[in-house]
Amino acid sequence: MRMIQRTNISKQKIILIRLISVFLSLMTASLFLQFMGHHPIDVFASLAIGAFGSAYRLRETLTTSIPLVVTSIGIMIAFKMKFWNIGGEGQIIMGAFAASYIALNYSELPKPLLLTLMFFAGFLGGGMWALIPALLKVHLGTNETIITLMLNYVAIKWVTYLQYGPWKDPNGMGFPQIATFEPNAILPKVFGVHIGWIIAIFIVLAISFLLAKTKKGFEISVIGESIDTARYAGMNVKHVIVAAIILSGGICGIVGMMEASGVNRTLSSNVSSGYGFTAIITTWLSGLKASIIIPVSILFAGLIKGGSFIQTAYGIPQSASDVLQSLILFFIIGSEFFVQYRLVRRTAKEAL
Amino acid sequence: MHKDIFVKMENISKSFGTVRANDAVSFEVRKGEIHALLGENGAGKSTLMNMLSGIYKPDSGFIYIHGQKVTFQSPKESIQMGIGMIHQHVKLVEVQTARDNIIMGLKNSFFVKKNKISEELRAKARHFGLAVDPDKKIYNMSIGEKQSVEILKVLYRGADILIMDEPTAVLTPQETKELFVIMRKMAEDGCAIIIITHKLNEVMEISDRVTVLRHGSTVGTLETQHTTPKEMTDLMVGAVTDLSIKRPKVHRGKAVLEIKELVAEDPDHVPVLKNLSFNLFEGEILGVAGVSGSGQKELCEAVAGLYPVKNGEILYEKENLIGMSPRDIIRRGISMSFIPEDRLGMGLVASMDMVDNFLLKEYHNQKGPLIRRKTIAPHCEEMIQRLDIRTPGIHHPVKQLSGGNIQKVLIGREIDTNPHVLITAYAVRGLDIGASHNIYDLINEQKQKGVGILFIGEDLDVLMELCDRIMVLCEGEITGIVNSEEVTKEELGLMMAGEKIKIEGGEAS
Repeated sequence: MRMIQRTNISKQKIILIRLISVFLSLMTASLFLQFMGHHPIDVFASLAIGAFGSAYRLRETLTTSIPLVVTSIGIMIAFKMKFWNIGGEGQIIMGAFAASYIALNYSELPKPLLLTLMFFAGFLGGGMWALIPALLKVHLGTNETIITLMLNYVAIKWVTYLQYGPWKDPNGMGFPQIATFEPNAILPKVFGVHIGWIIAIFIVLAISFLLAKTKKGFEISVIGESIDTARYAGMNVKHVIVAAIILSGGICGIVGMMEASGVNRTLSSNVSSGYGFTAIITTWLSGLKASIIIPVSILFAGLIKGGSFIQTAYGIPQSASDVLQSLILFFIIGSEFFVQYRLVRRTAKEAL
Repeated sequence: MHKDIFVKMENISKSFGTVRANDAVSFEVRKGEIHALLGENGAGKSTLMNMLSGIYKPDSGFIYIHGQKVTFQSPKESIQMGIGMIHQHVKLVEVQTARDNIIMGLKNSFFVKKNKISEELRAKARHFGLAVDPDKKIYNMSIGEKQSVEILKVLYRGADILIMDEPTAVLTPQETKELFVIMRKMAEDGCAIIIITHKLNEVMEISDRVTVLRHGSTVGTLETQHTTPKEMTDLMVGAVTDLSIKRPKVHRGKAVLEIKELVAEDPDHVPVLKNLSFNLFEGEILGVAGVSGSGQKELCEAVAGLYPVKNGEILYEKENLIGMSPRDIIRRGISMSFIPEDRLGMGLVASMDMVDNFLLKEYHNQKGPLIRRKTIAPHCEEMIQRLDIRTPGIHHPVKQLSGGNIQKVLIGREIDTNPHVLITAYAVRGLDIGASHNIYDLINEQKQKGVGILFIGEDLDVLMELCDRIMVLCEGEITGIVNSEEVTKEELGLMMAGEKIKIEGGEAS
């Protein structure tokens, strides 16, 4: 067998390949469930019900999809320029940190003003955290993958320090936690889901517009393709990279603000819940297309929520539920290979 | 089968996806023969040779080596059969000696008798007239020496079938002469040599026979003695062609670009441009000749504001460009099209369509933060008409166009900005004869409009025919500026090698 790059592939064929991959993943997962002594079809049905089965569960799933959508958009901007920002976690945390600073210290401000301030603080916190690897990269040529990854841990440990030290809630009965936000600092709900979903849709539209219709967006696409071309066209490459990465980190920072305010109502070191990493997967699955990010993120959130539902419903351990999720991902991401290449059996003629 | 037929390829076909790179190609090389493989870019020369050296496997057809039918599973097996390939770009480890590079990967006993091997290598090198010191480090060698190491390597490994992929592309005319002497010697010793090339004069000079490929098929094998460059070109192109390049007479105007004592250093503070002074006049084509890496790229980039200049002046209509941003320089009407080895990557964005690629030089002139593609589209349509660009449409990614059409898009865009100074580097790189002539015509058209053109070229014949004056660079220094009508190729070659002959051609401005 050997592989050949596909030159052109029809839309139908891509959809077919994807469907086959989903089917195969379910088959494999069935074997696994059978082995664990459960009826696969029941479990899959429960997975879907757990994710989308009731208004409450749907709201929960949507609440989880909000940070995925927004983080994916943030990461996508960086990935478009081939700047491998895997520091979404850290940028979310630093955004949450900056927003929390406002929430904890200026809670007497009127709610709209307070939330607006928190929003911009979140953007600034994430953006400035991303500025560090961006500056190091354009001026010293450092590897952004390592730096953004390492800065995640710095951010986590910084908030842990605040939790145990200066920001520890005096009324927390000795628990290392930060005080809960005042009601003023909490995002309102619209249709039962915090207002972040409207913000997410707005961000998707704004970034799509930025990339497709503006000069800056054009510069970002050109730099992503070839830095030399961008230089030859007279673009200020360093400037564009730094600006775009601030935007990328800033959008991740907004996620931190929304999670701290809308979901956790406080700051803690696990405010990001791994969204910074999960969003890397959703960004890739969306093929770096802003419009595709929304459905992919909702499905992914469904997988997470449904996974935790079957844990309780069937007494399946979390690790086993993780195996199911990973199997499904493995096949879907693996199908990408078959979209790009096709396998050809060595023909008899060739063996001559 | 006759045992003097070292290589016989029969009805070889090979496809990549939908592209048929080789279609029933047959080809044979005899002992002691230098066989040229001639064809335009994309004619399938490299594919054919890659199958001979075991890199690709043919879809169908047979290969016989020394009369024995073979199926190579890997390049290793081809090496064992005595086939050695010398690539265009040398593949050597810079920090090691020639000897270490040569014995690398060979089955040695655990302890290497270095002196003994060096002695053997010296003897072999002397025999073939190769100037190689086995104990010299590669990074201390010139390109010609490195190539000799590659040749010695395949000879030492016992190859008697040598494939040379455009070996003269990186050499000065003098080095080429030396290489040809060595090739003759190898052939006399009973090797079979295949030389891939698209330079007709070399085919005439060195080869015994020549096989011409066109669109993946063999057009024919000719005895070199009984053919002419004209006949070969017609076979290569498949039509009767006119080989001469026009050089329209244009009244030379005032100097548009005055370069004075230009000095530039690379990031390691190694000087790359040493005190360059020259003028570029309106309505002239100033050719730049030199072995690649002599400062051509740095010169282009310095004028375009992309390379830091340490000293000197670049005056455009009396205004010093040094210190200006690339965009300011573009706005003043200085336009550069640099065609790198991979064609795309500088100047064009491969995955984008024509409209977006036109926008690259245009978008910053649009008002406001938004980008408008609609106004560009009719422009592109017009360009397709005018330059006869073959494309399914203006929204087709440029990377899917053929090389010639990609270059037309690039040069077309530069011309579209109505430049005063046009810098074009390697404009016909990798293009076939027809497409090259299209590009020459475009450049001549600009010259007639009074544009000052800096033409960085590779082929001396082209430079001598197309340009009004030729400036020769060697290691970042100007070794001569000559009128192309008064210079011989040998003189250019000497200057490329660093000999300063004469500086003339109206430096007074």
